[in-house]
Amino acid sequence: MSLVILWTDALIWLLAGMLVLWGHVAVQDRMNRQRWQQVFASPIALVSALVLLAYVAVALLDSIHFRLESGQLRSVLDMLFIHLLENTERTYSAPFATHEYVKSVIEQNGQVVQTYLPLVHVQPEQLWPDIFKGLALGGVLTALLWLLVKGVSHFFANSIFALADKKLLWRTIWLILTVFSLLWALSQHFHVFGTDKVGNDVLYQALKSIRTGVLIGTLTTLLMLPFAIALGVMAGYFKGKVDDVIQYLYTTLNAIPGVLLIAAAVLVMQGMLETHPEWFGTLEERADLRLLFLTLILGLTSWTGLCRLLRAETLKLSQLEYVTAARALGAGHGRILFRHITPNLMHLVLIAIVLDFSALVLAEAVLSYVGVGVDPTMNSWGNMINAARLEMAREPMVWWSLAAAFVFMSTLVLAANLLSDRIQQVFNPRNG
Amino acid sequence: MQTVLDVQALSVRTRKGEDILNGVSFQLKKGEVFALVGESGSGKSMTALALMRLLPEALCVQGGRVLLGQEDLLQLPEAQMQQVRGRRIAMIFQEPMSALNPVMRVGEQIAEVLRLHLGLRGKQLVKRVAALLKEVEIPDPEKRMHWYPHQFSGGQKQRVMIAMALACEPEILIADEPTTALDVSIQAQILRLLKTLQQKHAMSVLFITHDMGVVAEIADRVGVMYQGELVETAPVKHFLTTPQHPYTQRLLHNALPVRVEKPQPEKRALLAVENLKVWFPVKKKLFRRTVEHTRAVDGVDFKIYPAETLALVGESGSGKSTLGMALLRLLPVTAGSIIYDQTDLAKLNEKQMRAYRKDIQVIFQDPYAALNPRMTVGESIREGMVTLKVGPQEKQAQLARVAQLLEKVGLKAEHMHRYPHEFSGGQRQRIGIARALAVEPKLIVCDEITSALDVSVRAQILDLLNQLQSEAGVSYLFITHDLSILPRIAHRVAVMERGRIVEQGAVQQVLTAPEHAYTQKLLRAAPQLVTDALQHLYAN
Repeated sequence: MSLVILWTDALIWLLAGMLVLWGHVAVQDRMNRQRWQQVFASPIALVSALVLLAYVAVALLDSIHFRLESGQLRSVLDMLFIHLLENTERTYSAPFATHEYVKSVIEQNGQVVQTYLPLVHVQPEQLWPDIFKGLALGGVLTALLWLLVKGVSHFFANSIFALADKKLLWRTIWLILTVFSLLWALSQHFHVFGTDKVGNDVLYQALKSIRTGVLIGTLTTLLMLPFAIALGVMAGYFKGKVDDVIQYLYTTLNAIPGVLLIAAAVLVMQGMLETHPEWFGTLEERADLRLLFLTLILGLTSWTGLCRLLRAETLKLSQLEYVTAARALGAGHGRILFRHITPNLMHLVLIAIVLDFSALVLAEAVLSYVGVGVDPTMNSWGNMINAARLEMAREPMVWWSLAAAFVFMSTLVLAANLLSDRIQQVFNPRNG
Repeated sequence: MQTVLDVQALSVRTRKGEDILNGVSFQLKKGEVFALVGESGSGKSMTALALMRLLPEALCVQGGRVLLGQEDLLQLPEAQMQQVRGRRIAMIFQEPMSALNPVMRVGEQIAEVLRLHLGLRGKQLVKRVAALLKEVEIPDPEKRMHWYPHQFSGGQKQRVMIAMALACEPEILIADEPTTALDVSIQAQILRLLKTLQQKHAMSVLFITHDMGVVAEIADRVGVMYQGELVETAPVKHFLTTPQHPYTQRLLHNALPVRVEKPQPEKRALLAVENLKVWFPVKKKLFRRTVEHTRAVDGVDFKIYPAETLALVGESGSGKSTLGMALLRLLPVTAGSIIYDQTDLAKLNEKQMRAYRKDIQVIFQDPYAALNPRMTVGESIREGMVTLKVGPQEKQAQLARVAQLLEKVGLKAEHMHRYPHEFSGGQRQRIGIARALAVEPKLIVCDEITSALDVSVRAQILDLLNQLQSEAGVSYLFITHDLSILPRIAHRVAVMERGRIVEQGAVQQVLTAPEHAYTQKLLRAAPQLVTDALQHLYAN
């Protein structure tokens, strides 16, 4: 068994590390800390943030890969849900079903009959024991976490959760942990979200899709931010020729239809990957690189909106008296940009990040549906929805793939949107 | 005299329960001008908004009655209240810029009121609009009613607002600081216009202002507001001569010019400006060719001596702020020289100029925009010490100096860890002064630094500047449009008109015996209260 670090693994962990570090630094500052405390004083924002955190945790668990002796690539999440990988059925089965969804022709006592075959890995008598197991595990995990937090003295005293409703906080944590524990326990003896055409568990697919969604949402923003901030601020501050060039760049980029540009880039890349199979050791690496490339392209096409916004704001800020005062005090361009202008733009950046996140998760689904998204072998909500297109047309309808993708994706997007609303409310200076 | 509006024990609270207005009672008689005076936050605008039932959402009326004739306005249903607004009580605001809709022709905006309340249509409507514009002395009203707001000057916009308010011949006109955003000469015209219209239509006017000079010009009776309460009501004559409440006495004292004897400065010039020109190119047509220049500063000469205050007065657009910024080399100088320490600052490039940055500093008008909201006060003050390498360079020593500076300008050392939004306007202005002082300048350009402040705070800031001058020997170029503060702060005055200095001399000489026609005009336009007090100051 050996640890394998894929490109996206490295990036998502780096991002998580940066986020923690940034959070640590930002909270040192009293004004920022108070703002965040206000954000989480709202119950909706608190719950949304915890839900988002749960998603990110799953994505992170799914981003520690190692290669087994057998040569298979597995993540920590895979190992937790290894039973789902192994318990494959023959074909479609509905959630919690005991028999297959379609009749099969078999020979029985010398007669050919059509019948619903029982599922191999379902044990209906385990339902209540599993539920108890799940509830107990959820309780135990919450208690453990509670003790851990208790151990850190003054954890809540001055943290960003200082104003949050503690009862609600623990209830939400308990609820999230219990839902995961229940899913885990029940999935041992059931197919909670059914199985797909070739008998793979849908819950497993939906869980694996979390990483893809979160990665696209965050990495794309990370790639886009430096462009948007640097170019936007420079255009607004230096004006003149610099502004002309940057404006030319983003108006040109904006004039090309986004989907078209992304489709073209993805198709070019696909051709390249196919002509050079020797570049990659395994299928997984190839899929991973394709995902990375997709975030890159999405990033390159989505910086213009934020850039335009930052340019306008910088134009306004650079005329303010405190910037003039800094110039009178002999501050150079660098100091004015970094100390006086950029910090006053951060609320816009923050709001843009959270808003873009949900838009990008949805964009992935749309692109995969069109066929220019992530690798078809990779689990993603877009691919699930794409596959569900045919399943919906079947009679009787197979609805659970779509339902699973929908539930998982909309929970994530809803949580991100609700949190961004609150952040916008608190950080927007116009709201006092 | 008949009472038109009777306000009885009006109380307003925030939703959180803080008192904004606390039992305000007064009567507005027919055909009188009742002035509500007070400093910012005293609740005078809130009183007006409460009468009109236009309070911001966070506030609610807690009790009291507002009787217009027999009706209690606070009990009226909203639909009937709309009939009262504009029809029986009209309002004009401080900022005509934002009170007029920029994408509607002014005639259309006035016509809207007439259509709504009086049901006028067609030719009759056009005729009435033209008549109204004529009444507020807008020349060529038939043509100008088709203009957009941006085509009018500030004073004319205020006239349009007044025409709109008068459209339905209301019984009551509420004027909320209608002249505060205007120059003195325009202010005088608007006040005269308001007074004539009020007498002609026998209107009652509730006039809200913070300016004692304006009160003396226009009011019949005065109510003084302080922290949400009406502390004194008196006829204007009594108010000006024998104020009863200590707050009123203080307010009046601070509003009037005070003469401060200033030590004579040295005779060797600190800074000499010769034939300074700042022209802005006006770019038009294809390829943005420069077709002409706006001559913001057009050949200016003056000298500033060590430990001296030179006041630069003039109306808005006269180029006084541009001149200040050019001295700091924050705007490009077109021609001329700024001789400081035998060096011509106008010829230096940005890098060479850095050596002189610490000697010339600036304080701004708007205390809310002058401090970076994301930096603590301490960081803001320390910035100059770091960038210009003034004083000690170790962080601890610098912080100690910041603490010293804060105490020097009348704040506390522990304030350095706070953010600007935690301070009031006057306190922020003190922080601005501390920031400028941090680099030990020889000259500070003060750009309208008192015009956003209340009179009492203004007096404190001026005294602080004087005290710092006597301690550190710093010189000021004090840019202002307010003649009443000159005797308190300045040694000499330079009067600026359209980019040129038209008159220069000692304060007493310029104020008592102005030579140039423009200076005379400025002095005439100043409220009678101020000019009388000035004459009185220098009489003996």
